Order: sequence, then C-alpha cells, then structure tokens
Amino acid sequence: MKAKIHVYLKPGVLDPQGAAVAGALHNMGYGEVSAVRQGKLIELDLTGDDIEAARVRVDEMCAKLLSNPVIESYSIEME
Amino acid sequence: MKSAVIVFPGSNCDRDAHDAIERVTGRAPDMVWHQDTALPEGTEFVMIPGGFSYGDYLRCGSMASRSNIMPAIISHAASGAPILGVCNGFQILTESQLLPGALMRNAGLHFICEKSPLIVENGNTRFTSAYAERRDLIIPIAHHDGNYNADENTLDRIEGNGQIVFRYGRNPNGSARDIAGVINENGNVMGMMPHPERAIDAKHGGTDGLALFESLLGRA
Repeated sequence: MKAKIHVYLKPGVLDPQGAAVAGALHNMGYGEVSAVRQGKLIELDLTGDDIEAARVRVDEMCAKLLSNPVIESYSIEME
Repeated sequence: MKSAVIVFPGSNCDRDAHDAIERVTGRAPDMVWHQDTALPEGTEFVMIPGGFSYGDYLRCGSMASRSNIMPAIISHAASGAPILGVCNGFQILTESQLLPGALMRNAGLHFICEKSPLIVENGNTRFTSAYAERRDLIIPIAHHDGNYNADENTLDRIEGNGQIVFRYGRNPNGSARDIAGVINENGNVMGMMPHPERAIDAKHGGTDGLALFESLLGRA
C-alpha cells in the first residue's frame, strides 16, 4: 500500500522559491505562467491492507511531522 | 544557574553556546544529546543552539523538534524555566509550537552571513533586561531560513503582547514586521535568528551579545 502526500504552502503565504521559478520561466519566454507555487510530494510505503485505517494514521503523520500547520496544507492519496 | 545545551546531529553552534554560558556564569553547561530523554538533574537554563539539525531535511528544525529530548524540554518550558533557541534553535522552538509562527526560506533565497543591525524592542524580558536603555545592537546572522511568518492575527497578538523582542534594523530576509526574535506569552521561552553567542568577545568583532546572557544568567 502506498500513500502519496502533497504538501503545499497555504494561500497567502509568500513562496519565494515559487516566485524565483516563475521569474525563470518568464525569462525563458513562458509568459503565460501567472504564478508558481512550489510544494512537496512525499511517498510512503506502508504495510497492512486496511486503507481507511492507514489513511487515519497517515493523516496523523501529516499533522505531527510531515507538514507545518502554521504555513502548510496537505492532501493524501492512498493507493 | 545550572545550564544545558542540547546537541543534535548537525548542530554547529553548540560549542559557541557552551563558551558563552561558561564565560558569563563561570560554570560550563551540560551538553545533552538529543537522544536523551531527560535533562540533567537541577538544570535551569536550556539553550538550543544553531546549526543544521538533520541536514535541514523536510523543514528546518522539524525532525529535531520531534526527537527524544523534546518532551523533557516542553515540560521544562511549562515549568517556567528559561529556554533560548538561536537560529536553528529558534526554528526548532517554532516547529515544536513552543513559539508562534514559522521560519521560511529567505525572501532573496540566499544564505546570509553578516553583521546585522538589531533593535531591542522589548527590554523588559528576562533575556534582555541588561540592555537597559541600549536599543541598537550589532549581532551576526547566518541563515538560509530566517523569514519569519505568521498570520496577521498572530502577528497582531504578539505585537500587542510585547512578544516581539528583537527586530532587524535592516530586514535581511523578508521577515514579517522585521521580526528577528520572539518570546512566548509566559516570557520564559525566546527564539531569535541572530547569534548573540557569536558576539561576546572583542575578537568576535563585537560584544553586543554579552548582555543577553548577563540578563539571564547574571554577571560572572
């Protein structure tokens, strides 16, 4: 079983890295890019086969370590 | 006062912290490894030093803030004992939610290492009382992730409570409201990005950090 966790900055939190990437894309001629937000993708390999129970545990992991609730949100995909 | 300095894998200001504390108190602090689960008997002051704990992986300070020693530090904080986090130590204190806010990548994306003008905003804390009327300091900074961030309500609240202890004289990193250091509501846990332990000897190029340790620990 795998969990894919997307961690991204909350709306309104300035993302200097995303802004730098947007600047680089503009510089390369991709003027259609109006904003870039850079986040993280974290993949967990999990033992067990109860997806719903696993999702609860992964949600806990996100809240306790994998994201910082002050600045970040996250979403979880189980597969 | 009996002191302890917490050492994580990747701490690199632990010996500077040790020397600053020893110089001011005449007594060397205990160096406490992050895998310990208790502070040495009788510890009062705890300093969490700068560095790159766990290689700054995931988020700066995130893994250190979940290490074995942290529950002891969190209950030590709850008992009202003084705790100071500098640079990575500040990041660890925000990650452990002992202090409000978060420290993000510098707005200019560069690692900045320079002497930074610093303003004492609140001289009535146990960390800053010895600055008396002196408000303008020069203290070195050395960080990549010192851009202080919190939502507007939190910023208004800590501003109103006098919890903003230090502001940059010249904002180097995009920090909200030029914040360089904050203290908790109870006034016993403080975090700051600038390095007072690197400004305690004329050979460092300045001694403006000395009064912080003297505020807390008394003069030797």
